[in-house]
Amino acid sequence: MVFKAKRLGMLALGPVLLLMSVFAMAAGGEVSEVNMSPGVTEVGQKIYDLHMVILGISTIIGVLVFGVMFYSIYYHRKSRGHKAATFHESTKVEIAWTVVPFFILLAMAVPATTTLLDIYDNDDAELDVVVTGYQWKWKYEYLNENGENVSFFSNLRTPQSEIDNTEAKGEHYLLEVDEPLVLPVNTKVRFLVTANDVIHSWWVPALAVKRDAVPGFINEVWTNATKEGVYRGQCAELCGRNHGFMPIVVNVVSKDEYSQWLAAKQQEAAEIKELMAQTFTLDELMVRGKTIYETNCLACHGANGEGGVGLPIAGSAVATGDLGHHLDIGINGVPGTAMQAFGGQLNDVDMAAVITYQRNAFGNNMGDTIQPIDVYNHKKG
Amino acid sequence: MGDHHHGPAKGFSRWLFTTNHKDIGTMYLWFSFSMFILGGTFAMIIRAELFQPGMQLVDPEFFNQMTTLHGLVMVFGAIMPSFVGLANWMIPMMIGAPDMALPRMNNWSFWILPPTFLLLASTLFMEGGAPQAGWTFYAPLSTTYAGPSVTYFIFCIHVLGLSSIMGSINIIATVMNMRAPGMTYMKMPLFVWTWLITAFLLVAVMPVLAGAVTMMLMDVHFGTSFFSAAGGGDPVLFQHVFWFFGHPEVYIIILPAFGVVSQIIPAFSRKPLFGYDSMVYATASIAFLSFIVWAHHMYTVGMPVSGELFFMYATMLIAVPTGVKVFNWVSTMWRGSLTFETPMLFSIGFLVLFTIGGFTGLMLSIAPADFQYHDSYFVVAHFHYVMVAGAVFSMTAAVYYWLPKWCGRMYNETMGKTHFWISFIGFNLTFFPQHFVGLAGMPRRIPDYALQFADFNMMSSIGAFIYGASQILWLYNVIATIVAGEKISDEKVWDGAEGLEWTIPTPAPYHTFETPPKIDPAHAHS
Repeated sequence: MVFKAKRLGMLALGPVLLLMSVFAMAAGGEVSEVNMSPGVTEVGQKIYDLHMVILGISTIIGVLVFGVMFYSIYYHRKSRGHKAATFHESTKVEIAWTVVPFFILLAMAVPATTTLLDIYDNDDAELDVVVTGYQWKWKYEYLNENGENVSFFSNLRTPQSEIDNTEAKGEHYLLEVDEPLVLPVNTKVRFLVTANDVIHSWWVPALAVKRDAVPGFINEVWTNATKEGVYRGQCAELCGRNHGFMPIVVNVVSKDEYSQWLAAKQQEAAEIKELMAQTFTLDELMVRGKTIYETNCLACHGANGEGGVGLPIAGSAVATGDLGHHLDIGINGVPGTAMQAFGGQLNDVDMAAVITYQRNAFGNNMGDTIQPIDVYNHKKG
Repeated sequence: MGDHHHGPAKGFSRWLFTTNHKDIGTMYLWFSFSMFILGGTFAMIIRAELFQPGMQLVDPEFFNQMTTLHGLVMVFGAIMPSFVGLANWMIPMMIGAPDMALPRMNNWSFWILPPTFLLLASTLFMEGGAPQAGWTFYAPLSTTYAGPSVTYFIFCIHVLGLSSIMGSINIIATVMNMRAPGMTYMKMPLFVWTWLITAFLLVAVMPVLAGAVTMMLMDVHFGTSFFSAAGGGDPVLFQHVFWFFGHPEVYIIILPAFGVVSQIIPAFSRKPLFGYDSMVYATASIAFLSFIVWAHHMYTVGMPVSGELFFMYATMLIAVPTGVKVFNWVSTMWRGSLTFETPMLFSIGFLVLFTIGGFTGLMLSIAPADFQYHDSYFVVAHFHYVMVAGAVFSMTAAVYYWLPKWCGRMYNETMGKTHFWISFIGFNLTFFPQHFVGLAGMPRRIPDYALQFADFNMMSSIGAFIYGASQILWLYNVIATIVAGEKISDEKVWDGAEGLEWTIPTPAPYHTFETPPKIDPAHAHS
């Protein structure tokens, strides 16, 4: 019996090693197509190790159990003339296979606990970023910085034509954004995750971070990327129509590059502030408005303002009607519909530009302009 | 024999007014099969859209309606009623009772189901479409941000809960009061045991689900803010309440399946079930643990670390009684005299695939690792190994096992075995690759995906079409059996089968055990 068990054990080892080596090979590359990737953080490596250990234990147990079962299926079949035994219990064996798994679990609970405590240690972050989920985009705000606040939205960049299969799909189909989150390498970054509407979940596998974005509550989570690179992820919690279309791209760069980037963003923010006080010509607003339209309005209102999920803009009563009403819809949205309130999402310059654009594009020809100050005044009521 | 002996009434009124446990069981089974086909159709639409990257067939809203309705119809329409149907047919015949304890309520608990699902399906044609927040319908996506159909959905859930509670009370009352003299608790067939425990779970948690949807109703229509932080509520509260129902719910689905294979494996091993007592205790332990592990579905919501640890340890513990069950089934086969008729094939399929689902369940219980698994296709693969290869395979095994007893005709064994192998291959082709894409980072419930997931998704879709098509074979085999199967009259259809249901004539007469059978006190459980 002992001999048999040993032989079974040896038999079990073969497939286990095979499976593990397949996974190990797959894990050799940075991103695997068949297995979890350890990613670029220490926590990610620990999670990956936990994953592999428990997968290994499960595989060994599975091979043993199924080995016994298939042995029985082969040797104890009636067609081979095997007569059934009559035993139906064994207290010793039953106690053994209750107690042994318990200790295996205990052994697994130890590394799981330490890793979990590590993940929950949010202290001593060098950088805080507020991550806010919107239907269907992410907003990033950098805190704890001197100078202007930096905050921006990150939208899906994949064109609708690729999604509709009228154009060849690019390499990063659905995993590309107009403006990625930029983080410095080897820096403990704390994310303060929340949402504006429904629950989202911010997931970047390579950073080993997945945390739900719950409206009205702030969740803390941290990462520390040890390698520069571009890391991609997606919203993980069903959040409505475009749940599959709100990717995350994180650009991890050197600390120097990060400071330069931040300075540039702060500069940009300062410029926007200045622009707020300016008056623009119709042409200037149209140029700016076109790009804003394409990233914020196009998905629902169509490339030519023909409508879709949203109402048509070309020739619509709103876009060719009262200016104040049009502005109001842009800022406050239409409650109960897919039309969101963009007042908090676009700055006053961009809002002025896109409303102007809508009134003077797609055959609409109102000739009027909205200035940033109009938006500001409207918001103040 | 009784002096008042009558057969079934004629025509449609037989089915509408029947209080006969066999008629009601039959209706439950056919109803659940039709829901299985409907939910399967939704799944086919999902897999067809996911066949390749890009949006081809449906728009994202409709895709979300499909994932939502697929889950709801499969859980509440197909799997749960199928086991209630099986309970109706088999529990009285297994414990030597003439019928269920509350036959009129039995009729009612069935007949409220079809209109409810008709109403639920009709939401597809409403303005704004069917519910699209997933079968877990997390607030506020399912409340503030939901279309008008959510109100109908809430009503449906209430009625389904009512039906389940009535069905469960009936089963509890029957098992407790109507066992034949000498049929002590520890002599009951394991299927009866698992259903008794399941019924208690149902009675405990269906009201909790009703509470959750009632709070939704209040939030949607009466200005409350249970699930809205803006009014002092908390969206995560919904998840706690939902999963307090939802986790026991998954055991509600799987425990009767445990019962079924615990009947079938001994029959085709020609050997008594190994460790009957420990099977009962393991079932009870799993039921108890199911109440204290709900938040493992919510590791990423931002619970305090102490909460995470508690739910992680409690969840890991479930592996112990579940392991006991698997070891017992394998030991039942050990040194038996095995044959591999269709019910046995499906039971072995269950044993292998459910165990794999158990392993991935154990992996998911590890909270830090779950931060990577959570809401990915790894989870989709995991719960389909448990729900389909677990519950549906065992249900399929049950139909093949007891169908000859029900209708006195033998099914086509070759076709049955073919059904098994196509199902087995189709199922694995569908769901095994989903482990890979999940680990590689594909979130669940997305209508379109990045290019690196394309190959496995195509494989998955092909597998799903194969698995789906094989169910037509099953339907054909069952109908062909009922209409023109080879007639049999042996009381014991399977030579290794034990239990009271095999002591009555074949086909099972309309009324059985009008006088209680004698139970041999020396006779062990069956």
